[in-house]
Amino acid sequence: MSRQSTRLDVKKVNSELFTLTYGAIVSQLMKDYENVEDVNKQLDRMGYNIGVRMVEDFLARTNAGRCYDLRETADKIQYAFKMYLGITPALTNWSAAGDEFSLTFDTNPLTEFVELPDNYQNLKYSNILCGALRGSCEMVQMDISCWFVQDQLKGDLATELRIKFNKRLEDAIPAGED
Amino acid sequence: MSAEDVLFDMLHSEIVSYLVSKSAEDEDISILEHLGYSCGWRLIERITKELPRYKEELEILKFICTDFWSCVYKKQVDNLRTNHQGVYVLHDNEFRFFSKLSNGTQYLKSAPKYATFTCGLIRGALENFGISSIVTVEIIRMPSCKFHIQVLPSSS
Repeated sequence: MSRQSTRLDVKKVNSELFTLTYGAIVSQLMKDYENVEDVNKQLDRMGYNIGVRMVEDFLARTNAGRCYDLRETADKIQYAFKMYLGITPALTNWSAAGDEFSLTFDTNPLTEFVELPDNYQNLKYSNILCGALRGSCEMVQMDISCWFVQDQLKGDLATELRIKFNKRLEDAIPAGED
Repeated sequence: MSAEDVLFDMLHSEIVSYLVSKSAEDEDISILEHLGYSCGWRLIERITKELPRYKEELEILKFICTDFWSCVYKKQVDNLRTNHQGVYVLHDNEFRFFSKLSNGTQYLKSAPKYATFTCGLIRGALENFGISSIVTVEIIRMPSCKFHIQVLPSSS
């Protein structure tokens, strides 16, 4: 086969494929479960599984060392979003104690072609991100909670992901998910 | 392999493992194929809107093997064969979803799960070009695999 010059924008095709594939699995989950809460949970679980493996990839790529405070972690999370999803969320709304912050996105590649039907307002469409963050932080011995406070799909101006540091996990077997 | 590709690989394997755990042995494949189908269909809808129309079946297949494949699977299909009667065989000597799994026949039993999404992707892509087909996969030794495309006579 003769090699033709590629007329397609590889990066764009890839990100669209990713978006579409994610959309396809969300809609499959909506078919599989009757309850939207269960879909949220399943997305979170899938994200967790991805997160625990992705952190290895991240550490290998960046040579990142251990973080000594949450601000350092936040910078690394920001950088990870840039690497994996091509977006740079803003770090905002630090709590006074410095144990909570928000990631604010102007655009979210997961929701690029998405509109939520009115009756699915409880669906956390991008919940996989929460799971992925939780899973990857757990592998570096940080127990965090992560949830959406704003979502563009629900008419908010930006998408805001809140992250709360709970505790440092001790040098032991990382706690299982359940 | 770039970071974004890693992400897609991981999402793909999560989807496979979810669907396999969810459904009974013989069912899982069809849902995976369907997911691939809808992704392929939509993706082609988007990426070909600026491209000139293809006239021949072979040209479309070539497009799938070169441009489309190199976007999604980071390389072109290594070999495309046809009997000129609607049967095409795509050889990929290092299929992306297998390359991290095994080099040889270990895990061969679970290999089809990881190719089914792609079968659907090809079928969906072709469908949007107006070609109905049946796509099957043949894996003898990972990471290489062969996709068999049987074009169905058009109904119109």
